[in-house]
Amino acid sequence: MTTSDKWLLRLYTAGQTPKSLTALENLKRLCDEHLAGKYRIEVVDLLKNPRLAKDDQIVAIPTLVRQLPSPMRKIIGDLSDTERALVGLQLKKATS
Amino acid sequence: MSAPSAGVRLNKAPSPKQLEKVAVDSLPKALTGISGLDEITLGGLPRGRPTLVCGSAGSGKTLLAMEFLLRGALEFDEPGVFMAFEENEEDLAQNVRSLGFRVEDLIAQKKLAVDYVHVERSEIEETGEYDLEGLFVRLGMAIDEIGAKRVVLDTLESLFSGFSNPAVLRAELRRLFRWLKDRGVTAVITGERGDGALTRQGLEEYVSDCVILLDHRVIDQVSTRRLRVVKYRGTSHGTNEYPFLIDERGISVLPLTSLGLDHPASDERISAGVPGLDSMLGGKGYYRGSSILVSGTAGSGKSSLAAHFADAACRRGERCLMFAFEESPAQIMRNMRSIGIDLAPWIKKGLLRIEASRPTLFGLEMHLVHIHKLVKEFDPKAVIIDPISNFTSSGSLEQAEAMLMRLIDFLKARGVTTLFVSLTGGGQALERTETGISSLIDTWVLLRDTEVGSERRRRLHVLKSRGMPHSNEVREFLITPKGITLAKAGRMQKRRR
Repeated sequence: MTTSDKWLLRLYTAGQTPKSLTALENLKRLCDEHLAGKYRIEVVDLLKNPRLAKDDQIVAIPTLVRQLPSPMRKIIGDLSDTERALVGLQLKKATS
Repeated sequence: MSAPSAGVRLNKAPSPKQLEKVAVDSLPKALTGISGLDEITLGGLPRGRPTLVCGSAGSGKTLLAMEFLLRGALEFDEPGVFMAFEENEEDLAQNVRSLGFRVEDLIAQKKLAVDYVHVERSEIEETGEYDLEGLFVRLGMAIDEIGAKRVVLDTLESLFSGFSNPAVLRAELRRLFRWLKDRGVTAVITGERGDGALTRQGLEEYVSDCVILLDHRVIDQVSTRRLRVVKYRGTSHGTNEYPFLIDERGISVLPLTSLGLDHPASDERISAGVPGLDSMLGGKGYYRGSSILVSGTAGSGKSSLAAHFADAACRRGERCLMFAFEESPAQIMRNMRSIGIDLAPWIKKGLLRIEASRPTLFGLEMHLVHIHKLVKEFDPKAVIIDPISNFTSSGSLEQAEAMLMRLIDFLKARGVTTLFVSLTGGGQALERTETGISSLIDTWVLLRDTEVGSERRRRLHVLKSRGMPHSNEVREFLITPKGITLAKAGRMQKRRR
């Protein structure tokens, strides 16, 4: 398990869609369970900052990017599949 | 809409009048600026709608899409967005730099925007529901920033390898195409050719307005690229396969199809360059805009007769374009100088241009495209093709025939007088030409070289010449240091000592 100092998670959304809201809820829950006290969540609304979609190579919405710790990881979807979300964030090893 | 009903198809090249009429009647179109493509589509791609361009790898899809944008920006003042899914900005710029386009400059001038969409499946974990709104945001931003009228998505299908949920992708693609229409941009979407389908992911389901198929075949080591408009809703279009060429100026499509027998027929007569021959042709020479065949065995003086024709055209101050498939320009000029025809001054004056290449260098259709291009560029009044017999060496007989038919059509429509030289092999009937194009020829001059006693003598006769009284005589002729001179009529009978 990688639980180094500080986690910076950035969630890209496009407006307040049900999917985005679900994603944010799921993310908060997940972080509280696994990263309590050492995470920070940034929500980037691409409707307000469209340029970031290009700069950060965002295609799918919602996309969650693990900025820190490096390396950067990308997860797409509303995070309702907790298992895969944890694997994606490398909070859990993939079970094959 | 009083335009031809959906699906009406033209089988022959449209006249400019038809083009105009259709363009006015039917749905609005956006010119691509790509040579030949606008003719086939009778005015370009459907304006404000998506067009699918599909083909296998290396068929020229990306280039066609890029040229559509670049020409749109440069020639029609329509800025464009290139959304690339396969190549990054650097690669794209590199690819079109050889065509003389500078992508960087256009981007700086806000005439072009390039967005490289990179989706790496291995980097992405899918954890639930998602959509592709990010793509819409990016596209929307790029369009707004430069006021784009044109959009290219190349190759959209790459998304299918980036995401694992095809249902989401399909729903999103459907939404994307609707969105593009709502934005009113003229879009080109490229797709990879699939097995038994136009595209691997069935993109043709979503694009219902216009579908263009590109093809690249290699037959007998000669590559030929072809383009076909598979579908163009609400408008007429050419349905044949059209050969196209990719060269240093981009894509040129050859729009001609079958025989269009509506070319003008001029009453004007022009000299063959040999007074004796003019007099055999009703005293006035060839018809302007007609097709002339000079055939004969090796060494019978065919090329000399062609040189006279070129010389005569230049003397009238008309441009002449000569395609030489056997000799280099220098060699032709030297040889002709030896019989008193000096072509060098005409070249210097820009009246004569000699294009020499080996017939086997390209496929037949590539030759045709090449000839087309040069004729359009140089705009000659006379064209010489020496010899056409060599074309059969780079294609089948039928292909050669079809090609010459198209070539003659094209030249006649432009009012160009064309002289074809054809070599008759030994042992073949003299009246037979390998390409069997006699029916396409208006005036046929036959040269022969016969042995009489201990010398060879050259003779000439006019096998046919449509629309004019012509001599039936077989006339002896000499190739002298002052060119070809015909012996007096009736001279044949007497033996010279």
